Amino acid sequence: VAVHLDATRAPLPSTGEVVLLVGTRKGAFFLRSDRTRTDWQLHGPHFLGNIVHHAVLDPRDGRTILVAARTGHLGPTIFRSTDLGETWQEAATPPRFPKAAEGETGRKMQHVFWLAPGHVSEPGVWYAGVAPQGLFRSEDAGVTWEGVAGFNQNANLVNVDMQDVPPGAATFSGIIVDPRDARHMYIGLSGIGVFESTDQGASWLPLNKGCQADWPLEDPDYGYDTHCLRLHPLSPDRLYQQNHCGIYRLDRAEGQWVRIGEAMPRETGDIGFPIVLHPRDPDTAWVFPMDGTSVWPRTNVAGKPAAYVTRNAGETWTRQDNGLPRQQAWWNVKRQGMSVDAHDPIGVYFGTTNGEVWGSRDEGQTWTCLVRDLPEVFSVEAAELA
Amino acid sequence: MKVRVPTHLRAYIGSAEVEARGASLDEALADLDRRYAGVRFRIVDEQDDIREHIKIFVNRRQVLTLATPLHPTDTIQIVAALSGG
Repeated sequence: VAVHLDATRAPLPSTGEVVLLVGTRKGAFFLRSDRTRTDWQLHGPHFLGNIVHHAVLDPRDGRTILVAARTGHLGPTIFRSTDLGETWQEAATPPRFPKAAEGETGRKMQHVFWLAPGHVSEPGVWYAGVAPQGLFRSEDAGVTWEGVAGFNQNANLVNVDMQDVPPGAATFSGIIVDPRDARHMYIGLSGIGVFESTDQGASWLPLNKGCQADWPLEDPDYGYDTHCLRLHPLSPDRLYQQNHCGIYRLDRAEGQWVRIGEAMPRETGDIGFPIVLHPRDPDTAWVFPMDGTSVWPRTNVAGKPAAYVTRNAGETWTRQDNGLPRQQAWWNVKRQGMSVDAHDPIGVYFGTTNGEVWGSRDEGQTWTCLVRDLPEVFSVEAAELA
Repeated sequence: MKVRVPTHLRAYIGSAEVEARGASLDEALADLDRRYAGVRFRIVDEQDDIREHIKIFVNRRQVLTLATPLHPTDTIQIVAALSGG
């Protein structure tokens, strides 16, 4: 597969301290290590008792952290820190849907799910994807938020009938800004698919050709269940997605998604939640397969957890389970639960539904458990400290 | 009127009981939100419905709407409903 690389954007490997921002069912935790990535210190919990779907450090300043939180009783909000989590403030106006006109049924936000910093040319811009599906934008680093009308009022994207079907409401699977152009965006949506905007969210077009769906579709452009969407920053016309119905790669010049999960071992399959990319190699990606057979138990496959890596854009896959439990380990990794750092070799990390965080300093060849006994892990984001 | 505050909201209000003003529950919660920014949206959603697991009592009787009229001598109790196993 031909890939055009813009060598001027190729980053040098990172050499600094690494922090893992871990969102869990009961709060946020930070795991910090020096450059050797051998000794990890656990910090937290922050917001104990809050359901934290996502905690993200702004790569543009290396200091601002946003946290998407709610509790079982209290409504959803966003907390923010500008000093790496030393102190926190709540967003002055967190995302919320507009109040409906008299006699109409309004939408109610269940939780903030996916946080994404905006383009490097727009410091302070962030996006938030919420459930039921809504898109919000902040221009002041998360203090105030406004709905993106082109998304939130788009009947094709926010079909109310399906929004309440999944437990906790339909949610996001990615918000991506093209590193070449702040107005060019992609989003991934559970139950609907991948969409593209060239006008910073004012309008959206479906981008699902080649994807499969194991259910009838009224409109072949809509109805695909994207679990995790990634774009490669060095090859911004290449996207990958882990979908409910397989693993896919899209090279825009080819025009349609290719099911690269067909090359996975048949006994493992290509169902799962997360997919992450090597920051300097657009042909390398990791997934963490789960059991997509029978009743979809949402465990790893056969109680024998393993990551799989491709080094050739999905032509072949290699199992990576050295150091992981060999049997009877029934946890899973959620869609935001896997991440990579930018060191050389790449560090790969994932958090599990039974509260462990695992890491590899050698691109997945060997795994070490970094921490146990946390609450259920929803998200892991590896970041470099400023 | 008095407002009794559950532990869940102490990060905002800081004490178990505060005074609020207003001729309705809506006005009383707006008064609290002016002084304790953000607290209203944690217990009332964007359609002005009391959140599913929050219950509000006025003089020991549960109320279901923000339009509930209030008198200065009333006592409001905000309760985080018991749930889970």
